[in-house]
Amino acid sequence: MSTKITIDPITRIEGHMKIEATVEDRVVKDAQCSGTLFRGFEIILRGRDPRDAQRITQRVCGVCPAVHGTAATLNLDSAFGIADKVPDNGRILRNLVLGANYIQSHILHFYHLTALDYVDIAAVADYSGKDAELNSLKDFIARGELAPFIPRYEGDYRFDKETNQELTKHYLTALEMRRLAHEMLTLFGGKMPHNAAIVPGGVTEHPSVDKITGFLWRLNKLRYFIDNTYIPDVIAVAEIYPDYFSIGSGSGNFLSYGVFDLDGKSGDYTTRERLIPQGVAQGLSALKKLDTDSITESIKHSWYEGEDAIHPSKEDTKPNVRKKEGYSWIRSPRYEGKVHEVGPLARWVVSYLCGHKKVKEALESCMRVLNIEIKDLNSVLGRHAARALETKLVADSMADWILELKPGEPVCAAYEIPEESEGMGIIDAPRGALGHWIKIKDKKIEKYQLVVPTTWNGSPKDEKNQPGPMEQAFIGTEVKNPENPYELVRIARSFDPCIACSVHTVNIKGKRLGRVRVV
Amino acid sequence: MSLKVVEYPAVWIAGAACSGCSVSLLNAINPSIQNVLIDPVLPGKHVSLRFHATVMAGQGEPVLKVLKDTASQKPGKYILMVEGAVPTAENGLYCTLGEIDGKEVTMKDMMAELAVDAFAVMAMGTCSSYGGIPSGAPNPTGAVSVMEFFKNEGISTPLINIPGCPPHPDWMVGTIAHVLLNGLPLADDLDEKLRPRTFFNNLIHDNCPRRAYFDAGQFARHTSEPGCLYEIGCKGPYSYADCPSRHWNNGVNWCIGSGAQCIGCVEPDFPDKFAPMFKKLDENTLERFKIKTR
Repeated sequence: MSTKITIDPITRIEGHMKIEATVEDRVVKDAQCSGTLFRGFEIILRGRDPRDAQRITQRVCGVCPAVHGTAATLNLDSAFGIADKVPDNGRILRNLVLGANYIQSHILHFYHLTALDYVDIAAVADYSGKDAELNSLKDFIARGELAPFIPRYEGDYRFDKETNQELTKHYLTALEMRRLAHEMLTLFGGKMPHNAAIVPGGVTEHPSVDKITGFLWRLNKLRYFIDNTYIPDVIAVAEIYPDYFSIGSGSGNFLSYGVFDLDGKSGDYTTRERLIPQGVAQGLSALKKLDTDSITESIKHSWYEGEDAIHPSKEDTKPNVRKKEGYSWIRSPRYEGKVHEVGPLARWVVSYLCGHKKVKEALESCMRVLNIEIKDLNSVLGRHAARALETKLVADSMADWILELKPGEPVCAAYEIPEESEGMGIIDAPRGALGHWIKIKDKKIEKYQLVVPTTWNGSPKDEKNQPGPMEQAFIGTEVKNPENPYELVRIARSFDPCIACSVHTVNIKGKRLGRVRVV
Repeated sequence: MSLKVVEYPAVWIAGAACSGCSVSLLNAINPSIQNVLIDPVLPGKHVSLRFHATVMAGQGEPVLKVLKDTASQKPGKYILMVEGAVPTAENGLYCTLGEIDGKEVTMKDMMAELAVDAFAVMAMGTCSSYGGIPSGAPNPTGAVSVMEFFKNEGISTPLINIPGCPPHPDWMVGTIAHVLLNGLPLADDLDEKLRPRTFFNNLIHDNCPRRAYFDAGQFARHTSEPGCLYEIGCKGPYSYADCPSRHWNNGVNWCIGSGAQCIGCVEPDFPDKFAPMFKKLDENTLERFKIKTR
């Protein structure tokens, strides 16, 4: 007998999301994920000054505004013909702003969006030590109003009392650490969320010695936390929940646009040198060069009419909320027609296959410690491990970049807005591959298109009925207790979905409710 | 710890939002977000945050029921905090918060249900205060502010607007503390746009450290240059907030401090009134504020 499990809303993610799973004999046979908010950014952008795209697209997502700002400026740089003219100071400062938000986002994701699925905060009720924060949490529990920590799914908290208490302390410390990462970003970014400093041509802020030193010492604190708390905590979770190395495997194909420009002299974003390289891995052995012409978006199961499976820059589809086969506002981006996962795991698989020395060393050491093989990384825990190791790689690299800044030298290139032009900005966000495309006419935005990470990961079935990466990760999962389907939310959160980003923004007419994904 | 602690129930719901206001709230320092969630923010007064989709442990129908229970069990007692605009086109179907008994609950319906019986409503951020970017032309989802929603629905619950894209954490936490300490704001505490005067009383331009450049007629021609940013579109002469003195993220910087123009994110009609963001304000606008240009 089959039953349907609906989880709506999925909380502790960015935005509004729903999961429906069809379960037979406790095993998920089919799954659909949908977003439930639509704002229409691409429509709102039409007719505006192209430069406003940098400010407006940051507001697509308050968790990752820095990377939307970066993708938008790469897009505008290319449309303005200055993609190869951003001065080194501008390139490095953009990397530092983006890197600071990577650290912020990954720490937030593991501790504040994920940890409550594994760590039992209630264990602090019996705390007997002298830590001020834990004692105030103990008082909180004793007062009896336990929101927002209950209600919750019960049944699979495996750590002992002392470890739960220690990890709860880290949850609280991590709030301070992610805040510090934003503070560090603001030294050069002006403010966060929604920084002011990243603009076409480079940045607005100058590197001065006091800012460089202030940045470096905040970064040092974060690096200490990453090395001595974050990574050990991910290992602790992996050791006590080892079954999650075989739960939640996705499509097995991975795509990376690469991130953190190390060379500003090449105007081609698909080949320029980046800390994390561009590439496509179909399986865990074959690596291909990235060719953005191989990207298509299917609308077969999305509420749109139009030509199916064409390149995002060519799309002009019309919504049809009564479309019979539709069940999502998210489209289905595919590469060479195949389903690809994006995000930290995808970046690390691509980097590993590229022979990236630091990635290889870190991954191999991690696999030794956890006694796993590379195939086990395609899982809930593999995604968390890749995210944690990546946080360290980015933070360590930033410590080198900050010293490459040259106070007094230019931070921004001059430009003219062309009468007509086209542009593309591709870069990996903390959650995966992010693409912005623009068409300019009469110095204004004629068309703006975004294909964001959760569009890839949260996509519905495509024209060949292939389920999206998250759907594939749900299918085949054993749900031990359908009343408390913690396996499903752990899988969903391992992808770090961002729903505010993932829905396209065409105008919609019709009455069909819900199941929307939004931008 | 002998002091009896009174619980002030609060719920935070998000409509057409980006989560930026929530993330900004996480950046609070003294009190920190840990203090706000766990400790009495003021002696004997604790905010019990019963619903916040980005923070809370639970998911699915049980957490939506928490919202409904708060309205039915604590009428007149709870604070409703709203992030994001309220999409009203297509009967609100552009934003649903979850399902109860297999039926989707729209942001619009949940707002109406929760707002009527709240002790007070705080509109956190420019989208909920004034509509913000989701209501930018051509406003594809019919997104409205809480203020406009109240007008349409005939709701008269006390409302405080805390705009900003995002709002500064001090503005949010400070307003919560004000309500815990003094109850609802008096008429003089808020300006005509329902913003707390404590934070939004002064023109950014009047307190800008670059004001002397403006008075001397020394203007930057590009971002990243010294000089007043007025000629390249700074909206400081039109925007009311204490950014020039408060600064952001532990006071380390702010938009104009980093060499970028103010984009007027705290004002009604952002972003349309100030579009294009990098274009000089027209001088008629300045006339209204009695600002002389050279």
